[in-house]
Amino acid sequence: MALIKCENVSIGYEGQTVVKDLNFTIEHGDYLCIVGENGSGKSTLVKSLLGLKSVERGKIIYGDGLKQTQIGYLPQQTDVQKDFPASVGEVVLSGRLNSRGMRPFYTGADRKEAAEKMEMLGIQDLAKQCFRDLSGGQKQRVLLARALCATKSMLLLDEPVTGLDPIVTAEFYQLIRRINRESKIAVVMVSHDIESAVEDASHILHLQESMLFFGTAEDYRRSSVGRKFLGGGADV
Amino acid sequence: MFETIIEMFSYPFMVRAFTVGSLVALCSALLGVSLVLKRYSMIGDGLSHVGFGALAVAAAANVAPLAVAIPVVILAAVLLLRIRGNSRIKGDAAIALISTSSLAVGVMVISMTTGMNTDVYNYMFGSILAMSEEDVRLSVVLAALVLILFVFFYNKIFAITFDETFAQATGVKADLYNTLIAVLTAVTIVLGMRMMGALLISSLIIFPALTSMRVCRTFKSVVINSAVIAVVCLVIGISVSYVWATPAGASVVMANIAALLIYTLIGLLRNCGAGR
Repeated sequence: MALIKCENVSIGYEGQTVVKDLNFTIEHGDYLCIVGENGSGKSTLVKSLLGLKSVERGKIIYGDGLKQTQIGYLPQQTDVQKDFPASVGEVVLSGRLNSRGMRPFYTGADRKEAAEKMEMLGIQDLAKQCFRDLSGGQKQRVLLARALCATKSMLLLDEPVTGLDPIVTAEFYQLIRRINRESKIAVVMVSHDIESAVEDASHILHLQESMLFFGTAEDYRRSSVGRKFLGGGADV
Repeated sequence: MFETIIEMFSYPFMVRAFTVGSLVALCSALLGVSLVLKRYSMIGDGLSHVGFGALAVAAAANVAPLAVAIPVVILAAVLLLRIRGNSRIKGDAAIALISTSSLAVGVMVISMTTGMNTDVYNYMFGSILAMSEEDVRLSVVLAALVLILFVFFYNKIFAITFDETFAQATGVKADLYNTLIAVLTAVTIVLGMRMMGALLISSLIIFPALTSMRVCRTFKSVVINSAVIAVVCLVIGISVSYVWATPAGASVVMANIAALLIYTLIGLLRNCGAGR
């Protein structure tokens, strides 16, 4: 059974359909990149996958033990966070909230989990630091650790490398690859960076109001859509 | 000095002012941390003006002021949150619109009935004599509610304040908590505004959070510090007001300004120290 299965999904705002007729599945351990131009419905789809926006038509089915609230989401950073007084530890720990339910306090197990994720991403030394004092790359790692705390099976990253310099970007992609392979966590990434996407991903979903392409990254390279979008450069 | 303190607490109105004041300051400081960080600071100011309008109408209609003001301000709070949510009119403009409108309605109603008198002055700038036994009871209930909210839902409030989208995605009902915070803020403002004044009450929400953010670097320490700073500044302010017969609201704000300056200085010194 797939982690997520989309059947004939259409999503829109106030009657205006943004993206329609989506049919795709995300399996355990997949690395799916969602690509497409601005306004092609990528962010809208992300919101629907997270349950923040209801679909107009069709169904999104969660399976394989994945609940909608257990997707490890890495959102785009907001203004609020720029001067937010919070320690890295506090931020990462807040990823455990979805396993708390109505119980109000974190337990030792939650703290241990948070510590493990920070160690996994090499940010354990930052635990007591203030989030607002970190560099862009460090902030993304912290938010990634939080996302990992919230999930066992799927990460959903919304343009995670926006604003990062090339070296940090490369490191971040490497980190995602490692998590995907070693922890067998499915990765769904919205990306502008089509070339890296095709290199790393196992599957590609290309959106443009409807679904232009869904399949493996290999097939995408060979498809007419992929060749056009990649500018022929990846064929060589 | 000791005698002054004993004398101060021998007046029932002073005991009431201290009780209600401290509890209102505590509540607004806690709620204020979330509001300030989420860029909702101006909501406090907007709501106090709505409160002024409601009190004026209640006085003219000769009904209990709180019975009118509390529901009206709660309604305004929920409305302002909604406007922020789906923004046809931008949030800051909406707040200015609503606050000046209610101020104008209040002033019109007063001028047509009693005329501009000391009551109006007291609504605007507050009076240390304004607190009744009923206010004391209400403020105890309110403080209990706010404390329960902050103790039991602290982790959720942190998550919503830091990153509402992520919180929602992991199943936290952010709208519910936002509404709860808005409603509690509304009640806090109505309770405190007759003592602090409609024009000054929002300082209780904004100052403590901003002050503690100068120095504190974790959310928990900001919350705890804000609560302590708010209560300390209120006690100092009211004492000053009693001893030198200065207006209560303005005295409390002066104490808060002093605290902000001290904390800013500490923050700067610490940064210099860390830089070396």
